[in-house]
Amino acid sequence: MRRLSVSGVVVENSFAEAFDMRATALIITADSRKWARQAATTMTGFATSVIGCGCEAGIDRELTAAETPDGRPGVRVLLFAVSTAELQKQLLARVGQCVLTAPGSACYGAIAGEEKLKLGSALRYFGDGWQISKKFGSRHYWRLPVMDGEFVCEATIGMTKAAVGGGNLIIMGASARNVLNAAEAAVRRIGATRDIIMPFPGGIVRSGSKVGSKYKALVASTNDAYCPTLKGAVASKLGREIASVLEIVIDGLTPEAVGEAMRAGIAAIIGLGPEKGALRIDAGNYGGKLGRHHFHLRALLP
Amino acid sequence: MSALVFRLKQPPDRRIDLSGLIPEALQGRSERAIARLALDGARNKLKVGDLFSLRMGEPMSLRFEGGSERLDLVGANMAAGEIVVEGSVGEQAGRLMRAGTLHIQGNAGPFAASRLKGGRLEIDGDAGDRLAAPLAGEMAGMSGGVVIVHGDAGARAGDRLRRGLIVVGGSSGKDAGSRMIAGTLVLRGKVAGAPGPLMRRGTIVLLGGDCPPSPTFLDCGSHHLVAATLLAAELERLGLGLARKLRRPVRRLAGDMAVAGKGEIWIASHSDPR
Repeated sequence: MRRLSVSGVVVENSFAEAFDMRATALIITADSRKWARQAATTMTGFATSVIGCGCEAGIDRELTAAETPDGRPGVRVLLFAVSTAELQKQLLARVGQCVLTAPGSACYGAIAGEEKLKLGSALRYFGDGWQISKKFGSRHYWRLPVMDGEFVCEATIGMTKAAVGGGNLIIMGASARNVLNAAEAAVRRIGATRDIIMPFPGGIVRSGSKVGSKYKALVASTNDAYCPTLKGAVASKLGREIASVLEIVIDGLTPEAVGEAMRAGIAAIIGLGPEKGALRIDAGNYGGKLGRHHFHLRALLP
Repeated sequence: MSALVFRLKQPPDRRIDLSGLIPEALQGRSERAIARLALDGARNKLKVGDLFSLRMGEPMSLRFEGGSERLDLVGANMAAGEIVVEGSVGEQAGRLMRAGTLHIQGNAGPFAASRLKGGRLEIDGDAGDRLAAPLAGEMAGMSGGVVIVHGDAGARAGDRLRRGLIVVGGSSGKDAGSRMIAGTLVLRGKVAGAPGPLMRRGTIVLLGGDCPPSPTFLDCGSHHLVAATLLAAELERLGLGLARKLRRPVRRLAGDMAVAGKGEIWIASHSDPR
């Protein structure tokens, strides 16, 4: 296969293999942007991978007061899981422990869906009988008295089964600094697209994994083919010029959203160029046998 | 397509039950068939054609040109479409209505929106006593939808309200929100007497003035309630310019403690510097 280089950055003839997931979206508001963001950040903590966290979650974008149901600053959060039951469990645990507890917060659904997840209709019992149901228009809210006033929460929120998890870009370069530059540029550009999250710290993961392990207890282990310190010891995917690799994982509410995010990331990496950024862009897959969504890098070139 | 028009020929000489003239009941009927529909069970049966002259149009949109306080049960049981009455109506307008819109451009008699379940009932004039209330022997009143009265409402507006939103733009008679079970009753103008007697749950919102102190409602202080801003947004969505006061702190009274109720009264006006 002929090498394809765009502005000096090699784009591998590969694809990201992604999976169907369940997802929901919610709007968290508070009296100030700071506290809306704080609640959202806390709620989406420890949610990098379904492998160890039960769900993948992150902030999609910040919302102006005009975009939220209660006219206060808000943040849109997306939550992904592999099953409806796990998504329900994670939603209640995270909103209950991280949003209900945050000063001035309120919580609303932010996605239409035929199937619904319980939110306020389950959390309401915290009100110990003092909870109040309110229906305005087509929306049903619960009001729970708390120590700074009331926690308002929508009774149920929508869920989609059309979500996709596991879109990814593998970014390779001559130095850790350059690769991080490229990854950060990609995260910034991807962050401007809608309906996606990048669940790892700052949107970037350095410990990409492969399926399985020599240890029976582990379902995943380090992706040795992409570890630069093992280049000579394993069947490495890295050339001599590669000294560092980072990955960006993307979950989206639709396949189209993931594709657009990957396209934006590739454009940012190529725009930065090989001198300050990445030498190669690759994507992780399992040979196309596990996930039905295949995002081919060369089809996403700017 | 234009509306199906019923033009009132002359004021009726007796009370008339108009519950049969709703959009879904008239679909597929010819002008002649509609004119021959019986309006009541009296010995000298009155037919639609005796009382109205018809102008055919789309039956999902009905227009009554001319009203009378003897026209009862207008829009009762309607489940779709639109009815506009250019005039006043009698009692029980919109009773048991499930969906659609009923717009009365005059006054409505007692028991308007009685046990309304859904849809929107708008009254440009005044509403009689027991707006949205159940009839005798019924356990609950309105259980969904929206009722907007631009004029005054009589006594016991929202009696046994179960769910939904009622907005009264003018003044309200005594015992507004009596025996409320849930739902939201917004009263913009003056309120006679103490509202909410025997209410169990639900919210009465007073936008137009303080209410006389009731010993069975407990003052819980003034609070900036997120739920009030959600109500404000809903009022704006309904095209009502009442939202401003709800975006400021409201005084919250809890009750009615006479029945160990967990209802509430929000008093918005005291915080309005104007």
